[in-house]
Amino acid sequence: MDFNDTPEEAAYRKQVRAWLDKNATRKADAKGMELPRDLKELIAQSKAWQAKKADAGYACITWPKEWGGGGGTTIQNVIYGQEEANYLVPGGIFAIGLGMCIPTVMAWGPEEAKKRFVGPAVRGDEIWCQLFSEPAGGSDVAGLRTKAEKDGDEWVINGQKVWTSGAHFCDYGILLTRTDPNVPKHKGLTMFWIDMKDPAVEVRPIKQMSGGAEFNEVFFTNLRVKDSQRLGNPGDGWKVALTTLMNERLAVGGSQGNADTDDLIELARDVTIAGEPAIRHGGVRERIADWYVQAQGLKFTKFRTLTALSKGETPGPESSISKIVAAKKMQDLGSFGMDLQDMGGVIRDRKLSPADGAYTEQWIGAAGYRIAGGTDEILRNIVAERVLGLPGDVRVDKDLPFNQAPKGK
Amino acid sequence: MNFDFSDDQKMLKEQVRKFLSDKCPMTVTRRVLEKEEAYAEEVWKGLVEMGLTGTAIPEEFGGLGLGALELCVIAEELGRSAAPVPFSSSIYLAAEAIKLFGTQKQKETWLPKLAAGEIIGTVAISEGLHAAHPRNIEAKFAGGKVNGVKQPVADGGVASVAVVAVNTGGSGEQAISLAIVDLKAGGVSAEPVRTIDPSRQQVTLTLKDAPAEILGDKQGEGWSQLSRVLDGAAVLFAFEQVGGTEAALDMARDYALERYAFGRQIGSYQAIKHKLADMYVKKELAKSNAYFGAMMLNDEGSELTEAAAASRIAGSDAYVFAAQENIQTHGGIGYTWESDCQFHYRRAKLLALTIGAPIQWKEKLVSRLEAKNAA
Repeated sequence: MDFNDTPEEAAYRKQVRAWLDKNATRKADAKGMELPRDLKELIAQSKAWQAKKADAGYACITWPKEWGGGGGTTIQNVIYGQEEANYLVPGGIFAIGLGMCIPTVMAWGPEEAKKRFVGPAVRGDEIWCQLFSEPAGGSDVAGLRTKAEKDGDEWVINGQKVWTSGAHFCDYGILLTRTDPNVPKHKGLTMFWIDMKDPAVEVRPIKQMSGGAEFNEVFFTNLRVKDSQRLGNPGDGWKVALTTLMNERLAVGGSQGNADTDDLIELARDVTIAGEPAIRHGGVRERIADWYVQAQGLKFTKFRTLTALSKGETPGPESSISKIVAAKKMQDLGSFGMDLQDMGGVIRDRKLSPADGAYTEQWIGAAGYRIAGGTDEILRNIVAERVLGLPGDVRVDKDLPFNQAPKGK
Repeated sequence: MNFDFSDDQKMLKEQVRKFLSDKCPMTVTRRVLEKEEAYAEEVWKGLVEMGLTGTAIPEEFGGLGLGALELCVIAEELGRSAAPVPFSSSIYLAAEAIKLFGTQKQKETWLPKLAAGEIIGTVAISEGLHAAHPRNIEAKFAGGKVNGVKQPVADGGVASVAVVAVNTGGSGEQAISLAIVDLKAGGVSAEPVRTIDPSRQQVTLTLKDAPAEILGDKQGEGWSQLSRVLDGAAVLFAFEQVGGTEAALDMARDYALERYAFGRQIGSYQAIKHKLADMYVKKELAKSNAYFGAMMLNDEGSELTEAAAASRIAGSDAYVFAAQENIQTHGGIGYTWESDCQFHYRRAKLLALTIGAPIQWKEKLVSRLEAKNAA
C-alpha cells in the first residue's frame, strides 16, 4: 500500500508540471495576484487558457485526438487536475459544456453537429449550458413542461427553465422539452441544441439567498429551432438526458467548504466558553474529532477510487457517498464555527470574521450545495437503488399520459 | 496510487471468508452464547490449522513473518462472521505486545506457542468502571509478583498468558508498566462475568502474588507501550467492525427485499432506503479510514495514532449504527431471541468498548491534532 505514482504516472506528472511552470503561475508564488473579478475579463482569460491547454493536449485529456482531445487516460486527467489546482488559472466555465453537453452531442448528435461544435468547445471558443430543471421539475426532471411543437421542418418552443448555470454568457445550450403530452412523462421528451443568443431566448439572473447570482432563469417565447438541431429521436429525450446526467455527479465535485478542522482548532483556542478556552470544552473536542474522521474518510475514499483508476479498473460505488457527507459536513461545521463566535457569529464580514468569513459563507452556501446536482435525498435513493439493489420508488404518474398525471400548481 | 490490498492479501481474505462461512455460521455464535462456552473450539482449531495465528509473528519465533496488512484482511472476515474465538485477545493484543516490546527471551518463551495456537493470550487493563488511565491502574507489581483485580478481561478464563497493566510506583505515566503473567503458574483465579455479548467470554481476573515479570527490561514505560499496542489493535478491530457492518447491512438489505408491508416491499419506502444508504455511507467512511490505519500500521508511519483513532471512531460508529438499525429494519422479529440480529447488536457494542470507548479515542485524537496544529 502506498500513495506513489506508477513510473508512467510519475513521468506524466513531471511533464504536466513542467508545462504548467512554463505557462502559469504557482499559487504559492502568486501573492497579491488574483483572477479578474470582471466577468468579461474572466471569460477572456478563461478562453485564452483553454486554447493553450487544447494546443498542448491538456483540454479534454481523455477524449480522442481526432476530436481535439488529448487521447489520454482517466488517471492522467486526474493527475492534470491535481497539478493544475496548484496554479492560479481560471477554470470552471467550461465544466458543464465539456463535462455534460458536448458528450451528449457526441453521443446523439448528427455528424454535422459534432463536426461543427466539438472542436470550438474543446478550445473554449464556445461555451455551453444545460437547460433541464424547471420550476415544476427539479429532482423529478422528467416532469418538465417546456413545450416543443413541430411546425414543418421546425419546432416552436415555449416555456421556462431554471437554475441554469452560466446562461448569461453561454453561446449554446442543450434543451430538454416535452414534445408529446399524451404519453407517460418519460416517453414524451425530446432534446435539442439551441443558440442562446437567439432573441427568443431571455435570460434573467436568479439572486440566491447567499446574495450571489451564478444561476439563471431562461424563458423561451416562440423560439424556432430546425429539426436538424434535434439530439436523438423525438420521444427519446429521457434516454438522451441520462447521458448528460450520468456525467453530472462527476462534474459536481466533493467540496467541503473553506473552513475545516484545523481552522476550528485555531478558532476554539481564541474564543471561550464559560470563560475557558473553547478548545478545552468536551463538546467542542468531540465535534472536531467527528469532522476530522469524516474528512479523512472522504479523502481516503477518493484515494480508493483513484487506485482503481490507476489500475485501469472501474471504480466501485464508494465514490457515490462523497457529496452526501461533504455537503452536510460543510453546513454543520460552518454553523458550529459561527456558534463558537457566540453573539458575534451573526456578523458576515470578511474583515471582521475569523478565517476570512469562511464559516458564515460555507454555512449559507451549503444550504444550496445540499441541493445542487442531486439533493441529499435523491443521492440516498441512488445509493439505495443502484448500490444496494433496493426497489425504485412507487411512481404514481409512471404509466399515465403526462397531461392526465396529478400536478401541483 | 496503490491504496489497496495486494492480490495475495485478497486471496487470503477469500480463504478466511470461505472457511468461516462454512465452519462459523451464526448457529455457531448462537451455540457459544447459549451454552456459555468460552469460545468455539472447533473454529479456533481450524484458524490455527490454517496458520492464521502465526500470520504476523516473525519466522524466527515460529510465525509466517507476514505483516499487518494480512492481519487486517483476516480481521475483516472474523468481524463479518462475528466469530466467537479469542483471536483478537491472543493475536492483536498479547502477541503484538510481546512482539513489539518483549525481550528476546520473552519472545522465545511465548511467541512460538501463541503462533502455533498451543496457548491463548490476552491483555488485562481495565479495573472496573474507570477509564483506562494511569491514575486508575491499581494492580501492583513488586518483587516479581502481581496483586490486583482486573475486570473485564476478554478470554481471561482460557488464556495461559496475560499482558497486565500494573503500577510499579512513581507518578503519572511513569508509574505504569506492563507485566507478563503466566496464568498457569498459580495465584490466579478467573471468574466469568456476565456481559452484553456472552459469545465472547470475559472474566474477573484476580491476581494474588501471581508470579510475573516486566515486559521488556525497563519499568515505567508501560503506558506508552500500551498506547502503541492499542493503536495497532484499534486498526485491527476497525477491520472487524467494517466486516460486521457489511454483514449487518446485508441482513437488513435482504430482509427489506423480502418483507412486505402495506402491499409493498419495505425496501421500497424511503424511510428504509435512506436508513440503509446511511449504513452504507458510514461503512465506506469506516473502510477508508481503516485502510489508512492499515497502511500506517504496516509502515509504522508517523500518523499511526491519528489514523488508528480515526479508524476506531469511524468503525465503532458504523457498526453500532448498522447493528441497531438492522434490528429496526426487521421490526419485532428482529428483537426476538431466535433472530440473528442480536449477535451484531451485542458484538458491535462489545467491539466499540473493548480497548476503549470512542469518546476516549476522540480525546486521544484531538490531543494529537491540537499538538500538531500548534507546531
